Amino acid sequence: MSVQRSTIIFAWILLLPAVLYVTVIVAYPLVDTFILSFTDASLKKTTNWVGWVNYDKIFNETFAEVIFRTFVWTFFSVSIKMIIGVFGATMLNAAVPGRALFRLLTMPPWIVPMAIGIFMWGWMYNGQFGMISGVLQNWGIIEGPIAFLARGSTAFWATIVTDVWIGVPLVTLYMLAAMQAIPQDLYEAAWTDGAGRFYRFRRITLPLLVPSLITMSMLSLIATFNSFDIIWILTQGGPNGETTTMIIDTYRTAIGSKKYGEGAARAVLICIFLSIFCFAYFRVTSRLSAGEQK
Amino acid sequence: MSQPALINRYRWYELVAIYVGIFVFLAFILAPFVEGFIVSLKPLSLLFSSPYKFWPENASFAAYFTMWESVPGFARYIFNSFFISTIVTAIVLILVIPAAYAFARFKFRGSGLLLGAFLAVNMFSGAVLLIPLFRLMRSFGVLNTYLAMIMPGVAFLIPSAIWLLRTYMMRIPRELDEAAFVDGASHFYTLRRVILPIAMPGITVVAITTFIGAYAQQFIYALTFNSKTEFMPLPVGLFAYFGRQEVIWNELMAASFVGIAPAVVVIFLLQRYLVSGLTAGAVKQ
Repeated sequence: MSVQRSTIIFAWILLLPAVLYVTVIVAYPLVDTFILSFTDASLKKTTNWVGWVNYDKIFNETFAEVIFRTFVWTFFSVSIKMIIGVFGATMLNAAVPGRALFRLLTMPPWIVPMAIGIFMWGWMYNGQFGMISGVLQNWGIIEGPIAFLARGSTAFWATIVTDVWIGVPLVTLYMLAAMQAIPQDLYEAAWTDGAGRFYRFRRITLPLLVPSLITMSMLSLIATFNSFDIIWILTQGGPNGETTTMIIDTYRTAIGSKKYGEGAARAVLICIFLSIFCFAYFRVTSRLSAGEQK
Repeated sequence: MSQPALINRYRWYELVAIYVGIFVFLAFILAPFVEGFIVSLKPLSLLFSSPYKFWPENASFAAYFTMWESVPGFARYIFNSFFISTIVTAIVLILVIPAAYAFARFKFRGSGLLLGAFLAVNMFSGAVLLIPLFRLMRSFGVLNTYLAMIMPGVAFLIPSAIWLLRTYMMRIPRELDEAAFVDGASHFYTLRRVILPIAMPGITVVAITTFIGAYAQQFIYALTFNSKTEFMPLPVGLFAYFGRQEVIWNELMAASFVGIAPAVVVIFLLQRYLVSGLTAGAVKQ
């Protein structure tokens, strides 16, 4: 046996446990979802093949609304995360005393169990006793209490804010690392030529951050599109379905109403959207790196 | 001050702007914790009173004592969270260390594709695969056991662990493996005696991030695959404070802080590894 061949066999032996594990826990369920979506699986003992019926049922007005809402929700959540994250990273990147501590203080929302952070926000959103409504009233900005989670429009934004809050630490630390990876000589050269701080930020930092921005937006997009805990704990998709995103809708259909088949069809749609995002991402990054080589 | 610091010299108004910026940013991040802590100090009767007062009158730590009586199982929930996260971390490491080494060192047909497939697992996090996972757990007969929460948890923590550790291992000079190999060491021996000791800091980082991930994200599987109180982890267990009539908010917040404490201790002890480790795998691209 050649060295080459034994090396390859060794590599596969190393990979085998992880590959097997992911095949059973992720790949098989993925295939199973796809198959289930063409059946009327439920709590009943028998399961019948129903063809496209589940998909036909999905495409009605309510579901179109859910899809639209999911996209709007995700769009705002990701954009705000990126803006606050870049802002935070820029601030934390400044060479000022105390920055090590400030960086550390950025982490809690991400490290603490999500459910706990969400409970805290749930209390803050409380209309009569919560901090936000209370402080706004004390300052005279709003008259009378607002129960943020009880009204559709405010609940929509309230869930976004909480999602942003949980996502911001990771974006910030990632963008901070990306900023620190920019060679210092670039700044020094520009500085020697008399470029001011804002000019250096706009002409050096921002352009060089673009690849990291795209990567982070992509990761954030996937996580946000799949965001479940926040909406489920805060509103369970209510009031009147105003915070029902695709993932919440899938959970309600599949686990709540035990309609596994219909739920699976919804899950398949989510997978399709996610795959489109990933495909678009790879197209953009490969074009970017091709541009760099020229 | 050393020479290059000159470029970083700020005028007074720039310094003020930076500190104001940091303050606003951290205020957003930390506000819920401040509010939560104050709530935990207020007596329940005072909590449900308008108008809103930020500072508590007659604050006390009473809720931190009564919380153990209101929900007797609370200590158990914390133990469960720790137990589940520890087992998850151990399994992830066992699976990921060899795999990361293989991806870092060996090029073979399909290796890039396989790595991509692993990373794609991140796409289908939890909720999408819930129905078949539920059926799978049922057919394994592990519903309402620790395993029902451990098994799916492991799968979704594997991708980022592989990515992080692979990046770390690629930085270990190849000459080390080759030297060991020339001396007649087997592949397996090289991995165990040469690579593992050097990769220890990287493995530590992966272990920490995996543990935190497992600790922070136990919700959906615990909510769906387990209905036994004695196996519930902290995030689901906290719902015990949502009584029939009203939520015992001050105890809920006190319990949350008690539940957070271990994570905070971990952060402070391991902060050095955390920031560098988290970002090491990320920026390389």
